[in-house]
Amino acid sequence: MEDDRRHFLVTLTKLIGSLGVAAFFFPFLKSWRPIPRPAPTQTKVDLRPLMPGESLIAVWDNQPVWIIRRTQAMLDTLFSIRPQLVDPDSFTAQQPPYIQKNYRSLNPEYFVVIALCTHLGCATQYKPQRGEVKKNWLGGFFCPCHGSMFDLAGRVLKNVPAASNLKIPPYHFMSPYTLVIGQDPECI
Amino acid sequence: MDPTQPHVSFLKRSIAWLDARFPLTTFMQKQVTHYYLPANLNGWYVFGALSLFFLALQFFSGFWLMMFYTPTPEAAFNSIESLMRDVPCGWFIRYLHSSGASFFFILLYAHLLRGLLYGSYKKPRELVWLLGVLLYLLSLSEAFLGYLLPWGQMSYWASQVATSAIGTFPFFGETLMYWLRGDSHVSAVTLHRFFALHSVGLPTLFIFLVGFHLVALRTVGSTRPQGKRTTSPTHTSLPSTDIPFHPYYTSQDLLALAISLFIFSLIVFFMPEMGGYFLEASNFIPANPHQTPQTIRPLWYLAPFYSLLCVMPNSFFGTFSVLGAPLLFFLLPWLDKSTPYTIQRNWPFKLALSGFIFSFIALGFLGATAQTMQNLVLLRLCALLYFLFFLLMPFYTRQTLR
Repeated sequence: MEDDRRHFLVTLTKLIGSLGVAAFFFPFLKSWRPIPRPAPTQTKVDLRPLMPGESLIAVWDNQPVWIIRRTQAMLDTLFSIRPQLVDPDSFTAQQPPYIQKNYRSLNPEYFVVIALCTHLGCATQYKPQRGEVKKNWLGGFFCPCHGSMFDLAGRVLKNVPAASNLKIPPYHFMSPYTLVIGQDPECI
Repeated sequence: MDPTQPHVSFLKRSIAWLDARFPLTTFMQKQVTHYYLPANLNGWYVFGALSLFFLALQFFSGFWLMMFYTPTPEAAFNSIESLMRDVPCGWFIRYLHSSGASFFFILLYAHLLRGLLYGSYKKPRELVWLLGVLLYLLSLSEAFLGYLLPWGQMSYWASQVATSAIGTFPFFGETLMYWLRGDSHVSAVTLHRFFALHSVGLPTLFIFLVGFHLVALRTVGSTRPQGKRTTSPTHTSLPSTDIPFHPYYTSQDLLALAISLFIFSLIVFFMPEMGGYFLEASNFIPANPHQTPQTIRPLWYLAPFYSLLCVMPNSFFGTFSVLGAPLLFFLLPWLDKSTPYTIQRNWPFKLALSGFIFSFIALGFLGATAQTMQNLVLLRLCALLYFLFFLLMPFYTRQTLR
């Protein structure tokens, strides 16, 4: 009888004790959660210094954003490169709905895309010259970490580690030469 | 499988495998299940284990705090405020550490008091005592270093005052002060090194010293309250009434732990600042090197020594007595001339100890609050009592045995 009672009390103590110890660690683990951050602010970019074929990097929501002023020759490659692409018509929603499927931008001349590779997040490099990265390279973006390649509309090529096209942020043109990243156009 | 061999469970075989390579079961037997203690260890004997638990809690909460804290004068204060307000459950981690420090000292003082009451410093436990006093001083230093880290008004000015006090030493005082601070005043340099010392340097020392303290204790065994005199109170020659550590004293310590955790939870969740005694109000203002707060004082556990500093008539004497006061604790085993191996006390000792406890508390309490002229006389008397407790001990502890 005594032993049964002792056994019961010891087991109960162990059980409640274990619950207490487990509960103790909860606040510590919770403290690692990200702190809720305020909504990302908008970034204004002046496009006047940008020459055809050149690139600019802006920062929006702690991410680097490529702004490329594409030439007509660059826009032409977007059709010839289609056989090399995984998702040429951008079916996967890596861009806001108002972004045109053909050129993946509001204005074909200015291409705005988040520079981070969709594989594991390294910042891509702008490689516009033909043959710069590989033999039939028509121009685009190259990721130095694991070799993923994207065309001049940020669409991912076949047989690379990345699986989806580069992401396009929300943006609009406040005036012909002022780009505002972070806000959709008003007419939507 | 050989059918003549008895089936040994997987668990038993695993333990046997481990035993052949690591002294696990021998250790458990020698130190836990077959370590014998007197049967009448009372409540005073739990404070050592409790102090160890709360020290471990300080280590853990402090380590977690390091993930959120920035050790520069510009960012330190804000990093802690951000922890308190933005980080999920950040306030809990902070209060564990700040209230935990004070709670740890309460337990430590109780542990010390047990030592004085029961003669735990007498032969053959002098080494346990010496290591313990060293640990006490290490704790005070650790707390002092940690207090600079929030970079509040009190943090800055208490550190400034304390390091200046070192500067009052003759000959090498000023050089030492500049060397400690790394600058002409408490600055980013000081903050960085205090952070390193507080988070890694002193904790490493703690681990070693606590280990040695426990080893020394277990070599000679615990004292016997109301003990009958024995020639050698080690656990190797024990009376038949002695009981094993597990399950008797593990249960006693566990009960004490539960009670102390209950009290500690009440503190952490309902009164973590304890009216300014555990977390001072002026430390919620960022440090301003051009403006000193109304009263500068250390936290309550350092207060008795701070009072000693304040009541001495000149600054050198003050610093000298602040440093000398804890050092007297080291001499205790040799100042006490009563018979070793026994804890019987005569009335002069009881009177002296009461006087000492009273003056220690009075120095802490009165000294921490504003000092007035009337207080000063009483405080000087208390300081005198403090020193006399030690210095006269060889005389009033001499006793003839009946």
